[in-house]
Amino acid sequence: MWRVATVVALRDETPTARTLTLDVPGWPGQVAGQHVDVRVTAPDGYSAVRSYSIASAPDSQAQIELTIEHLPNGEVSPYLTQVVAPGDRLEVRGPIGGWFVWRTEQTEPVQLIAGGSGIVPLMAMIRSHLSARNTSQFRLLYSVREPEALFYRDELGALSKDKHSVGVTYAYSRKTPRDWPRPPGRIDAALVANATWPSVLAPTCYVCGPTSFVENATALLTASGNERDKIKTERFGSTGDRK
Amino acid sequence: MTSLDSNYLDGNAAAGELSKIFAMDVTAAEGQCANCGARKRFAEAHVYMQSPGIVARCAICQHVLLRLVSVRDRVLLDVRGMAYLNIDAARTP
Repeated sequence: MWRVATVVALRDETPTARTLTLDVPGWPGQVAGQHVDVRVTAPDGYSAVRSYSIASAPDSQAQIELTIEHLPNGEVSPYLTQVVAPGDRLEVRGPIGGWFVWRTEQTEPVQLIAGGSGIVPLMAMIRSHLSARNTSQFRLLYSVREPEALFYRDELGALSKDKHSVGVTYAYSRKTPRDWPRPPGRIDAALVANATWPSVLAPTCYVCGPTSFVENATALLTASGNERDKIKTERFGSTGDRK
Repeated sequence: MTSLDSNYLDGNAAAGELSKIFAMDVTAAEGQCANCGARKRFAEAHVYMQSPGIVARCAICQHVLLRLVSVRDRVLLDVRGMAYLNIDAARTP
């Protein structure tokens, strides 16, 4: 079922990513981690559908936020990140997906691992965790190409200063901030050992990012003793406009 | 198979299209591969979204579990690769 959504606010997260706040009358509410399908239709009737994760916590009534990365060869993301303006209308279908979700009644430790724009559904989990005053322990390992590519920089920065909320570790694959202790590179076994929950705590792990990133992170988590059944993944491809 | 293998997504990616057909969320449902017998959540299947349709393959043996093709007003759904889907009807978002 498609619902008409109105763009009510725009916020740039990085030079290439933008958060859209959508007002969706009749929105039934979502669980953190779910996504929506967005349909945009050109004046000639041609339409395209893409999936985008919801970034906002589930408590915000009939509004949802999507953070969308501009893919240069994309069909939909250039429109959503550069052209769309407040007042414009889109169609959305959702919320979608009941597997890659974190529910506020969960109490076990949670390990989040994000690659690039894979942070979006994990940010919804963090926001949901904080707004519900949930007592489970959260850790986030967030890998980006370079410091300028970090989404939600201020919000995550505030979290890492507060030891009691969410432990945040950044990893940079291409370029690091000055004086960063770890050279740029993919996440590896040493980083997973230092920055994630010991597997004896049996954390539920959520991994989101490009397919190759998810493969690598899942293999590292499994090698460090996490059960495959405790690792939930969400991949997005390089060819489509996913995320 | 190499190019196919690197292009797959999770069962989640097919959920929007499947919601046109199923009233309940199938991504959290457990499905059994009719070929190898593996029992996995549909979200764990490997999904190929390249046009014109959607193909879901078993994460263990790569057997085709489901094909979904929409052409104009027709939808073709082929699920002979799945022995069953076990859906948690109480927890469908």
